[in-house]
Amino acid sequence: MLIQLARRLVIALAATVLVAAPALAQDITGAGATFPAPIYSSWGEDYAKAGGSRLNYQALGSGAGVTQIINRTVDFGASDSPVATERLEKEQLLQFPAVIGAVVVIVNVPGVDGTKIRLTGEALGEIYVGRIRLWDDPKITTLNPTLKLPRIPISPAYRADSSGTTSIFTKYLSSVSPIFKERTGAGNSVAWRTGLGAPGNAGVAAAVKNIKGGIGYVEFAYAAENGMQALQLANGSGKFVTPTVPGFLQAAEQADWNNAKNMAATMLNMPGDNSWPIVSATYILVPRNPKDPARTQSVLKYVDWSFRNGAATADRLHYIMLPTAVQDRVRAQWATLTPAGKPLWPAN
Amino acid sequence: MNTPATPAIGARKIHPADTTFRLSLHAAGAIVVIVLLSILAIMFMGGKLAFDTFGLGFIWGTEWNPVTQIYGALPAITGTLVTAILALCIAWPIGFGIAFFLTETCPEKLRTPLGVAIELLAAVPSIVYGMWGFFVLAPFMSEYVQPWLTNTFLWIPPIGDSFFWFTAPPIGVGMLTAALILAVMILPFIAATTRDVLLSTPQLLKDGAYAMGATRWEALTGVVIPAVRGSLFGAVFLGLGRALGETMAVVFVIGNAIRMPDSLMAPSATIASVVANNFPEAEPGTLDLAVLLALGFILFVVSFGVLAVARLLLRQERMS
Repeated sequence: MLIQLARRLVIALAATVLVAAPALAQDITGAGATFPAPIYSSWGEDYAKAGGSRLNYQALGSGAGVTQIINRTVDFGASDSPVATERLEKEQLLQFPAVIGAVVVIVNVPGVDGTKIRLTGEALGEIYVGRIRLWDDPKITTLNPTLKLPRIPISPAYRADSSGTTSIFTKYLSSVSPIFKERTGAGNSVAWRTGLGAPGNAGVAAAVKNIKGGIGYVEFAYAAENGMQALQLANGSGKFVTPTVPGFLQAAEQADWNNAKNMAATMLNMPGDNSWPIVSATYILVPRNPKDPARTQSVLKYVDWSFRNGAATADRLHYIMLPTAVQDRVRAQWATLTPAGKPLWPAN
Repeated sequence: MNTPATPAIGARKIHPADTTFRLSLHAAGAIVVIVLLSILAIMFMGGKLAFDTFGLGFIWGTEWNPVTQIYGALPAITGTLVTAILALCIAWPIGFGIAFFLTETCPEKLRTPLGVAIELLAAVPSIVYGMWGFFVLAPFMSEYVQPWLTNTFLWIPPIGDSFFWFTAPPIGVGMLTAALILAVMILPFIAATTRDVLLSTPQLLKDGAYAMGATRWEALTGVVIPAVRGSLFGAVFLGLGRALGETMAVVFVIGNAIRMPDSLMAPSATIASVVANNFPEAEPGTLDLAVLLALGFILFVVSFGVLAVARLLLRQERMS
């Protein structure tokens, strides 16, 4: 845990230093969300080894990524939350999903196997507004008739820093729990009615581990890398599911890509036998009117190469590739980029 | 009579290097003032949107809700003041004890190693305190200290119907844990400054007291403390200033809950921790960023006030 935390700090420091370092002319520069930073960087290394441009990605946070691409100080911006249509049009940006992540819920209930605990979105929402306060609340025990849940307080943990993970989690809770929507709502940081905040995924995980009766949400990649056990949630079909990669993929395939504006399809609370309910894509933003179209084209080439060759890396780092049909949709979007009348895609 | 002409002092030729030197010293002094004032001005201008939107109610508002864009700073101000003052209450007696021990009763051989140890305590980076607090102190608090405090002080009546002093779920992090960490962090400052102040007491006064048969306690309370009272307060306020602005260590152990605390052990937030947590994702030109800068401005004013009081007390001492 400490090592993980230290590593993240080092990454954050390195990112800060890198901002000042000028990128080489032929490098692709990107900035934004921290959640996909490990996979973007790994893909970048592999792509450079395969003869492509080198990638210089600065994990500054989604907000900073959007700001930087609006100011055109980088070749692409990255954001965990999709940017609003009006803003994309005003700032002349094209948005497309790049990779999929999931959020899982971890618990620490003494004497109970966390992976056996089942919750519905409604119950989780009531826990996070402080309406369900004890682990043996009837609303929880009726969902878990076979488990012997102790009479101890529930201590919900959340991200203290404003974060795309919080955004996905609160969007999910707002969509399934009316009381959560009314009392808390969705956003990168929200007004939590109960519980405690800890910095980063590592902080939330440590808080849950430290506190008897703790519950918290972390990125799937983080939970998987640290061998943490996540509970089961009810999905859009009312089935209780364990978070698994096939479950994330099924959710992504269920999403309504046909009618999604700017490819911001919601993948929350999808139906299916295995669909995990808290799944979301993270997005890349490129300019529609680039000063140097060749640089934007090299971003597209990098993403295309990663779509075709990056599955093994994604698997190793616990990210989920976009379904191939969605990848083709993304490429079709690229073809609409025609600065100076010349289409940027397909690149020769 | 022919007296040799004595050149007037002012008429002496001034070397150009002197002028340059004098001007560069003025510039060096001015830089500090310019930097200070421009920070204050930029904080205020950046936070103006927040003050325009909420007026003075920004300071008294208890709701902090990024979703509905309603921001009130009182929870963060409360957390800042409560943790800092609580830390002071813990660190002051200990720091004073250390200082008096070092100057009066400590064996000569131990004086240097103890002094160095205190200075080392001051050199520990705050992130290390934060991690230690989060991974070691917080679990200890939740396992042993909090249940004990809750059971022991149940009889203290609550303030109104919402503030229950020591009654809270034992989660380990919160204002009390933050205050303990802050106390450890400001302890070396208080100890070192107090030691210097005590050392500045004229030896003659102390010798006089001892000569009259005073015990160490009588000498301390009757002679030393009255002689340096103001400076002692100054030392304390310097520690308070540090506690108010401490960020990284607090982020780890305060529990980061931006709502009015319902107990001394409840998770809370300080101005510095709120800014650190939300700054990276706050976009330029938004109310989100403006409220953070406005918070910074408030913290600046509070810290400035504390330091001004410290200065005043230290100076009074010197003049009397």
